[in-house]
Amino acid sequence: MDYYDIFISVLASTIRLSIPLIFTALAGLFSERAGIFDIGLEGKMLGSAFAAACVAYLTDSAWLGLGAGILCSVALSLVHGFASITNRGNQIVSGVAINFFIAGITIVLGQAWFGQGGRTPQLAPDSRFAPIILPGADAARDIPIIGPLYANVISGNNILTYLAFLAVPFSWWVLYRTRFGLRLRAVGENPGAVDTAGISVAWLRYRAVMCAGILCGFAGTYLAIAQSAAFIKDMSAGKGYIALAALVFAKWKPVPVMFACLLFGFLDALANFMQGKQVPLIGEVPVQVFQALPYVLTCVLLAGFIGVATPPKAGGVPYTKER
Amino acid sequence: MSTASVPLPNWINYGLIPLLNLTVAFLISGFVVWLIGESPLDALSLLIQGALGNGEGIGFTLYYATSFIFTGLSVAVAIHAGLFNIGSEGQAYLGGLGCALVALALDRYVPWYVTMPIAVVGAGLFGAAWAFIPAFLQAKRGSHIVITTIMFNYIGAALMVYLLVHVLIVPGKMAPETRTFLEGGQLPKLGWVMQLFGAKLGAAPFNVSFIIALVVSYLVWLLVWRTKLGFEMRTLGVSPTAATYAGIPYARTVIIAMLLSGALAGMMALNPVMGSSARLQVEFVGGAGFVGIAVSLMGRNHPLGIIMAAILFGILYQGGDWVSFEMPNITREMILVIQGLVILFAGALEYMFRPAMVRLYQQLKRA
Repeated sequence: MDYYDIFISVLASTIRLSIPLIFTALAGLFSERAGIFDIGLEGKMLGSAFAAACVAYLTDSAWLGLGAGILCSVALSLVHGFASITNRGNQIVSGVAINFFIAGITIVLGQAWFGQGGRTPQLAPDSRFAPIILPGADAARDIPIIGPLYANVISGNNILTYLAFLAVPFSWWVLYRTRFGLRLRAVGENPGAVDTAGISVAWLRYRAVMCAGILCGFAGTYLAIAQSAAFIKDMSAGKGYIALAALVFAKWKPVPVMFACLLFGFLDALANFMQGKQVPLIGEVPVQVFQALPYVLTCVLLAGFIGVATPPKAGGVPYTKER
Repeated sequence: MSTASVPLPNWINYGLIPLLNLTVAFLISGFVVWLIGESPLDALSLLIQGALGNGEGIGFTLYYATSFIFTGLSVAVAIHAGLFNIGSEGQAYLGGLGCALVALALDRYVPWYVTMPIAVVGAGLFGAAWAFIPAFLQAKRGSHIVITTIMFNYIGAALMVYLLVHVLIVPGKMAPETRTFLEGGQLPKLGWVMQLFGAKLGAAPFNVSFIIALVVSYLVWLLVWRTKLGFEMRTLGVSPTAATYAGIPYARTVIIAMLLSGALAGMMALNPVMGSSARLQVEFVGGAGFVGIAVSLMGRNHPLGIIMAAILFGILYQGGDWVSFEMPNITREMILVIQGLVILFAGALEYMFRPAMVRLYQQLKRA
């Protein structure tokens, strides 16, 4: 295999691995920009993956699967909102609780309903999101350099992949160019001021966590019925936390979020590719190095060695109206 | 009128409200069991039978509880200083390395009671070391401890897998684990304690680390409520601004609290590594670090409460195994469901019933 083919194949898997991260990190962006920490991203992604796989299997419809994924994830967001907005509970604790609950319930219900050790049954191709071949992809394949790039990286992805890349500018537009976005950012920095302006802090934050729920629903659905053809237990495998790391890495901004997710996706793809291969002068690089790298990078960033990552000021603090 | 500031008697605050929260968590768990088509009451009776029905069951229950006491204390010490240490899992994992290195170095020369104190120190040191960087970053750089400790859980997991696969593995063996410790590196079982009650320990790995856990619980109580450092930590936990104003050094107290928390998490490793399997294995912590969060919340961050909560979770773990064996429809992961619900209701929603309680209490007082 020549170098360009390797490059194309690593690039293609980078995109594949980045999509759930992009959706989830954008979800975290909406929530944390409104001042609600969300450790529960992992659980929401896993829960919606399970719901999407179940419904897609029962109805043979990928779109109904997506609907179920979103519904499940939004419901979990509302639980998180109820605990952390209405009851002013600890947001971290609530997120941790959701992660545990989902990690358990998906396997318990999966085993009880389908009897396959927590898996859901394999989906037929029709009930999944199939790859979309863009016009001219096959014809372009033989054009040097641009051909393989177009045919194997840009074309041939499923609709959720394209939606993820559309979600980035859309999130930017919502956050920076709409009144809702302005208020959402304000409520994460200074809820008191928003309250004084006569806008309900609680309702605004509820809407923010619901946005997070919708986006996590896309992420989970992608995992279960676009990338794979079934729900597999613990299939989110820490991606929710990687997304959280990407969010910090991107300093809570939409476009950098996309690049951070692509970077972390690239590290993942590289780790898969490098397994068992020799690097000149170094020898075989242990796969654990790549696995740990996103987390190490995030800590280095948090330490302030590559710029300063300042989280939203009111993040994690429940808002109490003055009386 | 706001109900948040109305004082309630202690028995409501520390007794009734936690009990109510816990009951709701268990009722919902029962509902899940019912949803699957099994009887919640049958499941409950199986759970109790499996966990407390015979000596071996009790032995396993207490074995699990031992690990949870350590991690529960770890989470609690940090919480008292206002820090949410979500990294007990990783600190315990690294603690296992410290503990195993001591056992591997000494087991052929000295008996277990010489190895033990050194292993306690080793495990504690490695656990504390793994908590140090997050603590330092929080204290000096203001980076959020929750994020950094999560990151360190993953970095720790990658590091330990690397060490076990490439460095500590027995040459020629496939399984990523160290060699089995000789007798000098194994903690004796507490079969004689069971015999006092006329029960047999059987295969249960209930061992001396339970006693260490009880001693450490007492020491933590002394530290938090009877020393100057403990007072400073608690002040910081209530209000960092007030603490700084009163001359309590923020950075130093944060770092010390996290080091203690990490050390406590690290000591947990004694129980599975030296007490049960007599070797260091991949993923030996098995989520005990996260259970510590639930245990600490349920035990209201008090050592006595933590011991009781740890035993309750020990019952859930051992009994849960039994239930999943007898009722194949209910898998082991049901424990995670219960754990999640306990954390949700005892932690995040702890004030949900408070307004209703206040109203009820005021009506009763007027009557």
